[in-house]
Amino acid sequence: MRATALAIILAISASGGGRLYGQEIPEAVRRAEAARIAAVAKAMPAAVSVFAKGGQGGGSGVVVTPDGYALTNYHVVRPAGLTMQCSMPDGRLYDAVLVGVDPVGDVALIKLMGRDDFPTAELGDSETVRVGDWCFAIGNPFLLATDFQPTVTYGIVSGVHRYQYPAGTLLEYADCIQTDAAINPGNSGGPLFDAQGRLIGINGRGSFEKRGRVNVGVGYAISINQIKHFMGYLHSGRIVDHATLGATVATGSDGTVRVTDILESSDAFRRGLRYDDEILSLAGRSVTSANIFKNILGTLPKGWRVSLKYRRDDETHQIFVRLAGVHAGDELLKKLAGRPQRPPRQPPEHPKDKKQPNKPPAHPRTQKAEIPAHLAKYVETRRGYANYYFNRLNQQRVWRAFRKSDAPVAQNGKWILKGKQEGAGDVLVELGTTRVTGTFPQGRFVVDLEKDWDSQLGPAGSGGLLTALASWKRMLTVGPKAFGEVIYVGTCPIPERDGLFDVIAATHATVDTRFYFDPANGQLVLLEMFPQQHVDPCEIYFDDYRETDGVSLPHRLEVRYGNAQFGVVTWEQIKLEKLETARRSSSPVEWAAGTVQP
Amino acid sequence: MGTVRVTIGWAATIVSVLVCFDAIGNARAGSPTLSKIVREVQPKVVKIYGSGGLRGLEAYQSGLLISADGHVLTVWSYVLDSEEFLYVVLDDGQRFRASIVNHDPRLEIAILKIDSHDLPYFDLKQETAAEVGAGVLAFSNLFGVATGSESVSVLHGRVSARTELTARRGAFETVYKGPVYVVDAMTNNPGAAGGALTDLQGNLVGLLGKELRNALTNVWLNYAIPVDQLRQSALDIMAGKNPPRIQDESAEKPTHPHTVQRLGILLVPDLLSRTPPFVDQIVPGSAAQRAGLQVDDLILFVEDRVADSIESLREELEYIDRIDPVRLTVQRGDELLELELKLTPQEADR
Repeated sequence: MRATALAIILAISASGGGRLYGQEIPEAVRRAEAARIAAVAKAMPAAVSVFAKGGQGGGSGVVVTPDGYALTNYHVVRPAGLTMQCSMPDGRLYDAVLVGVDPVGDVALIKLMGRDDFPTAELGDSETVRVGDWCFAIGNPFLLATDFQPTVTYGIVSGVHRYQYPAGTLLEYADCIQTDAAINPGNSGGPLFDAQGRLIGINGRGSFEKRGRVNVGVGYAISINQIKHFMGYLHSGRIVDHATLGATVATGSDGTVRVTDILESSDAFRRGLRYDDEILSLAGRSVTSANIFKNILGTLPKGWRVSLKYRRDDETHQIFVRLAGVHAGDELLKKLAGRPQRPPRQPPEHPKDKKQPNKPPAHPRTQKAEIPAHLAKYVETRRGYANYYFNRLNQQRVWRAFRKSDAPVAQNGKWILKGKQEGAGDVLVELGTTRVTGTFPQGRFVVDLEKDWDSQLGPAGSGGLLTALASWKRMLTVGPKAFGEVIYVGTCPIPERDGLFDVIAATHATVDTRFYFDPANGQLVLLEMFPQQHVDPCEIYFDDYRETDGVSLPHRLEVRYGNAQFGVVTWEQIKLEKLETARRSSSPVEWAAGTVQP
Repeated sequence: MGTVRVTIGWAATIVSVLVCFDAIGNARAGSPTLSKIVREVQPKVVKIYGSGGLRGLEAYQSGLLISADGHVLTVWSYVLDSEEFLYVVLDDGQRFRASIVNHDPRLEIAILKIDSHDLPYFDLKQETAAEVGAGVLAFSNLFGVATGSESVSVLHGRVSARTELTARRGAFETVYKGPVYVVDAMTNNPGAAGGALTDLQGNLVGLLGKELRNALTNVWLNYAIPVDQLRQSALDIMAGKNPPRIQDESAEKPTHPHTVQRLGILLVPDLLSRTPPFVDQIVPGSAAQRAGLQVDDLILFVEDRVADSIESLREELEYIDRIDPVRLTVQRGDELLELELKLTPQEADR
């Protein structure tokens, strides 16, 4: 009946008449109708229908960047593997490769190939979505889009801030949007738009129960705001994890949300959070129940540092907490590897071939051999990654934005930095090739770079400033390619600063260092040096970049450790020496792969 | 004739679409009409948690606040079996123990009471009806999605028909045979029963019915009982008028009253605080058998008084002299039957 009525309305509007059976159609109705048509027309071109190779199922997706990055569900790409084919309403079929996956949040990023001018969806703000708002889904229900034309289903927002339990620890829908727009099998991964055609979520599941797997008016979409948190992580090509606080909370009989248990090894504990503290807000959002706390936490990535406000004895405290992962170590990888695989096409290998204990396992989902030749250069399997190609691509991008070239700093000899520690006195730091010395108002400290760095953490109270500076100089002079084990993490916030920052994590001489780059200008703005797990890092906030010997270097450093500021150091004189003999690490870094445009 | 009917149907549909577009138009013009109405209605709908929890029997349903003092209208179901485990959760997350004021087995509705006041509520006295084709909203805690302080879900749709469930006798197993609104919103989901069907202005037009499946076609029916059908009964129950749960305590009890055993009825084991009085066995040759009572019949009334548990059935029988006949109203499948049980002088004498 609804379809008939709409058909009548559309027929009338197409004929240009404003009358129906002699009745004038009110202007407001015609305007609303025109607006709805415009919203669908605006949203439709970015819709993607995903088809796994060899009839292994499929789903939906939506393009979010002109160069073809598209969002879909993890559970859509899992059976598809590393490459898939995607149709769009323009009637073309595009090859796509897997970029990154978030198995806990059920989100995956893929990249469509062949264009740099894809139509894209405008990202909305799911926090402003209200129950009763009109919305619509575009997708590939029951894989109907074999003619490349996706299906539009219209409805209203039935609920916001919903929580749908995970299967084990995976596929958890926290803080999601509930809609009565029809979400059917095949709509998975597709976009949910608001009435203005802005992307507010990715449809992924529904409540079905005893009705069989067809829509019964209850579908759920992952909020676009959660996905915005993970977007940088997904671009990293990694298999990413969600966050945990290391503490549990519960709603008390008085309606307050209190800490009921806390791990002493957690960052929250080191920041000062204790049993029975009343939680007021997390990541800038008010916490009024344990459910809401769980909802907020469920939308945050592992490794993020977010604000947490709590009350104790009528006093309010704000701390910035580093969030640990839901999964420890390689627990997540083991879980994914343990999930049911699609049946192998080839008969199993001869038993004696099976035993290759030292070889890292191939990518759990797809064998390299199945990848079409023209896509092979965009696919790199590596343990812990959905597709390592994109990690390397982003390391390269961040480094280029920072250095304005591929080359590291040529002056790779001794660096001499002279300046003052505000309110304390003179500072002289010499960053040599084998040792680092620093003269501070509180004394002289030495780091022998030939030994393990994690035990040489002077000056006292800095958390290892000299070692952190050694790591900084090493990154600048050898670059990410030669530094050691380097990972592009994704984008993370920095306390009390707006926006997200590109983060590169690097390991050398037993210490882990995280480098935060400002995507606006490429500058390195923060370095965190962790001598060990479960301890506070030495944090250096870099500022006041100026040219020295042709190198842009920060002349103001704020050093923080734990909950305190160690000091602010300003350099008055920086001298960079060039090492004459060793040319080994001074040659420009060459990147193995070119840009991503095929 | 057929043509005329079709035309009327179309006209009704077109009107509904206009109403619907109008709501969108307003929303787009900057005043979020629909979301504002939704927000006003949601606090009047509550989540009810009670008995159940076994496979296919969800231990939750929905309800409507119908007084500022905490009267809750809902459907009569197994969820209300035990008052000991009966809770009402409001829109703001407040949780209350609920008591059952009374129920009307013919409409399959019940009124609960929570200890609160100054609550937002639906005024049942308000005259509201929905035309066929009108846009409607359905508020409920379907699938138990809303927990704690989360607001109930809302679906949108249209009234497809106002019809009688008896129109397809035998197709739907239901006690209630009166008029219903059939809607195209998917209201027939676990936990939705007892929720609100409103018009697009948020006025209550119906109570979402229990899950109902057409036995012939396997189709689940999305329906609501119109307010005008349940208004009087609900108001009477709230006023404590009808039907009284048990005899006036001061009424005189006969020296030799009826008992279920003497009538030849064996009931199911009385395990819950309000075990429904299902007939487990019939003593051969007894008054029960002579009257045509059958195994699995559910006893609803003794005379005109509700006997909604084994306990209240026993109590009601205590007020009837065993020389008098007993009139029982029982539910058998989807039928309501009245049976008169009469003891022989010998049976009454023993």
